[in-house]
Order: sequence, then structure tokens, then C-alpha cells
Amino acid sequence: MKLILQLFITFLKVGTFTFGGGLVMLPVIRREVVSLKCWMTDQEIVDCFAIAQSLPGVLAVNASIYIGNKVKGFAGAVAATLGVTLPAFVSIILVLIFLKNFSGNVYVQGAFEGIKAATVGLILVTAFSMGKLILKDKLAYLIATVSLIFIVVFQISAVWAIVFGGLAGLISYRVTRRENRG
Amino acid sequence: MVNALGTLFLIFFRIGLFSFGGGYVMLPLIYQGVQEFGIMSSKEFSNLVALSQITPGPIAVNAATYTGFLYSGIPGAAAATLGVTLPSLILVLVVSHYLNKFKESGALNAVLGGIRPATVGLLASAVIFLSETSIFNPGIWSIAFFQNPLNYVNGLPILIFIITIILSGRFKLSPISLTIAAGLVGAFVIR
Repeated sequence: MKLILQLFITFLKVGTFTFGGGLVMLPVIRREVVSLKCWMTDQEIVDCFAIAQSLPGVLAVNASIYIGNKVKGFAGAVAATLGVTLPAFVSIILVLIFLKNFSGNVYVQGAFEGIKAATVGLILVTAFSMGKLILKDKLAYLIATVSLIFIVVFQISAVWAIVFGGLAGLISYRVTRRENRG
Repeated sequence: MVNALGTLFLIFFRIGLFSFGGGYVMLPLIYQGVQEFGIMSSKEFSNLVALSQITPGPIAVNAATYTGFLYSGIPGAAAATLGVTLPSLILVLVVSHYLNKFKESGALNAVLGGIRPATVGLLASAVIFLSETSIFNPGIWSIAFFQNPLNYVNGLPILIFIITIILSGRFKLSPISLTIAAGLVGAFVIR
């Protein structure tokens, strides 16, 4: 029971302090789940992000469900989902009721500029520290670089980068196994 | 009433089921889904996008709540939000179950081993996309950038960006406190 409450509160925090959703939430989730609560290792959180990214649906919700389920089964998954969605739900309703002209407010716009700039920095730091952990051989560097170029230059969907990475991993596994046998 | 809630639930269930990538990737799909049922104008939709960015939480949940609330109040908001999260709950639980079952499989580990570096590439691409509208101005990839680079760099945002990297990367400050601090600096200095 205590663990379920902890999951709910952790993801409530994640849902409250991340603006814009998606990849923006990953640095916060990683800090809470790996560094503070030690529910997962860095390796496991990377797998979690990969799976959350390759399935349809809301990225942060997928990640929350995966982590909640790993920590405390179905009840944990539900608690984490409720926690991560509740702030979005409540804040939108409050704004719709009380603040009709939100987007014209200069303070709101300024805050938004500041948050966007910090977010880019946070994601960059996450990319670096995850890269240090994961990019250990030539194949890994190749997959990461090709994915980046595909997405940025050719603007293909991120799903294909994931599919490409999985296939490359599988092919290299098959090839090394055949070489070892022969 | 029940009919309206059912419609909201189904529209957003479909959005949750068919949108890959999350975040901004979902916006076109949400727009199409919402248009089909004549729930909101395109101007209301652009309000929704702006609002999603300055309110906490995933964009798709913001959008579901917004649409549902406009259409039929708090029950509508709840029906739409439930709709958009339910596919995730089902799919993620099924996939984690099978992953656990085949944990020892060499082929599965090889696939995951290839996907991990791809997610690093993905994160790096997010940095590039997001920097175009935050620390740089749109048009950074044009020739004009080389003639007058300073026109394309936003002074204070780039300072916030660099300080965030140092405080997070070197001093391990929490992303949450850094986000709050950046919001405060933005509200009272950038404006």
C-alpha cells in the first residue's frame, strides 16, 4: 500500500513539473525513478523509454505504466498513470474556468520562454549521460548517428528509428553467432 | 449525455491507439479526430496547443481534457482522458508480460541492444528540434545565419540553456527545481 502511494506521489510530481509532455518528461522520470527512489537501474530505464517510445499512445503515460507495473504490478501501473495525468487534467480545467485569456499574458509568455530554454538543456544532459552508458561499441555509435540523421535531416517518424535499431541489433547478433559456429 | 461521453471516449481511444511518438507528434492526429466530430474551430485548436505548452503534463492529456470539458463539462473531460490513456494501459501491460517471459532470449536482447542507441539518437534529435524555437530563432538553417548569426540567437534563453546544462550536468541539481527557476527568470526578466 505504501509503495502504491509512493508511486502515485512520484508521478504526481513528474506530471506537475513538466511542461509540454513527451521527451521533456524523461529527464525528470529518470531522476525520480533511478537516482532518488532506486526502483530501476539506468539500463532498465533506457529499455522502458525504448518500449514507451515504440508503442502507440502518450509517451510519459506509457513510461509511467511500465514503471508502475514493474514496481507493484497492475495496481502500481494504475497509481502511476493517475499520478502522471491528474495535474494535466486539473490544470486545464482550472485555466478554462478562471483564465480565459491565458496566452496573451506577458508573464505567462516569459515563463514559457524560460522553461523551454531550460528544457532543451535538460534533454541535452540526459542524452549525454545516457549516451555515455549505452554507446560502447562501433555498432551502437552507428545506430545512434543514423537514427539522428534520419530524424533530423530526412524527417522520418521516430518509430522507424526504433525499428531500424532493433533490426540492426538482431542482424549483428545473427551474424556473430554464425561466425562463431563456422 | 451518455452518447456524448461515449463519442468523446471513442475519439480519444482511437487517438491513443494510433499515435506513435507522443507529444507534438500527436497533434495532427488530435486535430483530425476533433475536426471529424465538429467539436472545435481551428482557432480554438490553436488556443489548445498554446495552453498545452504552458500547463503541466502530457500534451495529449491536456488536449483530451480541454476538448472533453468544452464538449460536456467535467464528465466529458474524464471520458476523453480515460479514452486516451486506456490503450497505453492495455498495450504496455501486455508487452511487459511478454518481455519478462522471454527475458533470457538472445535474439530479444539483441533487438533491445540495438534499440537503446536509437533512443540516444532520438533524444539528440529532440534537442535540435526544440532548440529551433527556444534558444535560436526559426530560420537558423538558412544562409542568412552565417551572414549575421547574432540575429538568430536569443540572448537570455541561451544563457538559461547554458546555466541549466552546468547546474544539471555538473552539479546534479534536480530537473524540477531548474524548471521552476527558469520559469521564474523568464516571467520576470524576459518579459
